[in-house]
Amino acid sequence: MATVTLKNLRKSFGSDDVIHGIDMEISDGEFIVIVGPSGCGKSTLLRMVAGLETVTEGEVLINGERANEKEPMDRDIAMVFQNYALYPHMSVAQNMGYGLKIAGMPKQEIAAKVEAAAHLLQLDGLLDRRPKQLSGGQRQRVAMGRAIVREPSVFLFDEPLSNLDAKLRVQMRLEIKELQSKLGVTALYVTHDQVEAMTMADRMIVMNAGVAEQIGTPMEVYETPQSLFAAQFIGSPAMNVLDAQIADGRVMLGDVAVCDSDQRAGPVKLGLRPEHVAPDPQGPLAMEVLLSEPLGANTLLHGRLAGTEIAFTASLQGVHLANHDGEAMRFGVDPVDCHLFDPETGHRL
Amino acid sequence: MEKRVTFRGVMLPLLLIAPQVFISAVFFFYPAGQAIWQSLFIPDPFGLSNQFVGTGNFEFLFGDRHYRSSFYSTAIFSILVTLASMIPALFLAVLADRLIKGSGAYRTLLIWPYAVAPAVAGVLWMFMFNTRVGVVSWYLGQLGYDWNHVLNGSEAMGLVVAASAWGRISYNFLFFFAALQAVPRSVIEAAAIDGARFWRRFFTIVLPLLSPTTFFLLVVNVVYSFFETFGVIHTITAGGPQQATTILVYKVYADGFVGQDLGSSAAQSVILLLIVGLLTVLQFKFIEKRVHY
Ligand SMILES: Nc1ncnc2c1ncn2[C@@H]1O[C@H](COP(=O)(O)OP(=O)(O)O)[C@@H](O)[C@H]1O
Ligand SMILES: [Mg+2]
Repeated sequence: MATVTLKNLRKSFGSDDVIHGIDMEISDGEFIVIVGPSGCGKSTLLRMVAGLETVTEGEVLINGERANEKEPMDRDIAMVFQNYALYPHMSVAQNMGYGLKIAGMPKQEIAAKVEAAAHLLQLDGLLDRRPKQLSGGQRQRVAMGRAIVREPSVFLFDEPLSNLDAKLRVQMRLEIKELQSKLGVTALYVTHDQVEAMTMADRMIVMNAGVAEQIGTPMEVYETPQSLFAAQFIGSPAMNVLDAQIADGRVMLGDVAVCDSDQRAGPVKLGLRPEHVAPDPQGPLAMEVLLSEPLGANTLLHGRLAGTEIAFTASLQGVHLANHDGEAMRFGVDPVDCHLFDPETGHRL
Repeated sequence: MEKRVTFRGVMLPLLLIAPQVFISAVFFFYPAGQAIWQSLFIPDPFGLSNQFVGTGNFEFLFGDRHYRSSFYSTAIFSILVTLASMIPALFLAVLADRLIKGSGAYRTLLIWPYAVAPAVAGVLWMFMFNTRVGVVSWYLGQLGYDWNHVLNGSEAMGLVVAASAWGRISYNFLFFFAALQAVPRSVIEAAAIDGARFWRRFFTIVLPLLSPTTFFLLVVNVVYSFFETFGVIHTITAGGPQQATTILVYKVYADGFVGQDLGSSAAQSVILLLIVGLLTVLQFKFIEKRVHY
């Protein structure tokens, strides 16, 4: 059980600044998801917590204790790697028991712990196999097992599901989350998949180019994104972002008012989630539908705002058998669903 | 999964292996056949006629005290050469692998000795350890150690082992270095998180993962020490003192070309052939089982 604190954490590789100062307090037992596009520094951040990368500036505290200078093995953490990093020459049981053996635990005790973990992860009967004799999903479980037998204070996951097929990914996502809350161990979980972030996180940290764009619960990030980046990265399909003007306390798209705003007059970025617009013959948004995608539970309409080249996507609940292609439709929007951002800084207004 | 190419006819595959078969036939099977044939005869002192003696040459050899001691020298020599060329190579490769910057230059320097011909290497070492003008023997003398490999059999053995192993370190280093680079970083990192410190990781993770390379190098180096060290021994000790460094392959030369006893020499090379064949089979049979590919 542990807390993790990041204080103005920075990382540079030579002159290449990769992490630009991240602050975060993680409480005991929390499931934190670090989410962002590829190359934004998620792994680097996680590896600094693990002790696999040195910290350029700032501090990592584990349980309130400075960990910057500690070796990985002295941090009481366990990590699951993207490629699982199993020991290819060892059996499943040896893989899981390796850390315990090094800690000097008696053989019988190791065997008991490994068996219990194997049972928990439905790996019974596979203990004598080598990693290469396992399926991707089973390898993933072995990597999990290796992490849990040591009963660490913090779990670190670096995109553990990205090598699995879609169905298994959904299943393992649930299992990992369930396991973590059952064991009550603090977890940091890296992913580039916003669905994983939304479904698994107690809180998430949305990263972009080494900067934490927003730290908050999934619903906070979804409902009140603090930056354009967070707004567009979280939520699927991505939020529509339109150039608008604030004039006389109203947000104008061309010469139609979409919603009200008490911000100062001038240009603004207006964010509208596709699922937050609804067909309305009197609505302010006129859209020319170019393509509709019926997904079953909802239907996506892709097109542009009438008379412009501005792309716009709307999501309608339910199956719409009528083909809307080439049609002009009007949409209305609830004023609470208008997100306004400063066009220069991208910050929420 | 093993990938296999399947051919329909027999002509194409035969054609494809023909060059290899031809080379093996000319340079291996024909001389080997000749050696086996000759080992059954004793030529007269003038080399004009051959007398058939059956297994006589072999019987004589196994009764010969010198030949038996040559077996012993060969065993010592090849064990020492193999160890002395593989262990330092592995050690250097581990160092180079840890070094990120400048490992290129370091690698190039380490490869140079391999480019030195065995006989030249022999001369080099002979000069360094020359009992009268050698740099190293002079320093040893300053330290109060009287180096004389011309008289001392163990010192002679040490010197030919060092000279033979030296160039091989480069060769082995290259293989070990490449193998180390192929060990996935994340596996090492997982072990570090699991609590294993450097040497523990080395012995429980890295070394087992290097085993295919180690096994390959073991076979190659044993064969090297048997056959390719002739030049070194010839230039440094010429098999002496008192045959202390006369390994089997040197004895084939000494008896055949110097002693002109071609029958015995041929018999010796047949025995050598059998020994190396046997060693290789044993290595594959017993060690390969412990190798994790
Ligand atoms: N060892 C390294 N040396 C130099 N640059 C690195 C190193 N590791 C990562 N980087 C750089 O840091 C940035 C972030 O990488 P990473 O943390 O792996 O991103 P992510 O996990 O979010 O995809 C990338 O631009 C990458 O090129
Ligand atoms: Mg990554």
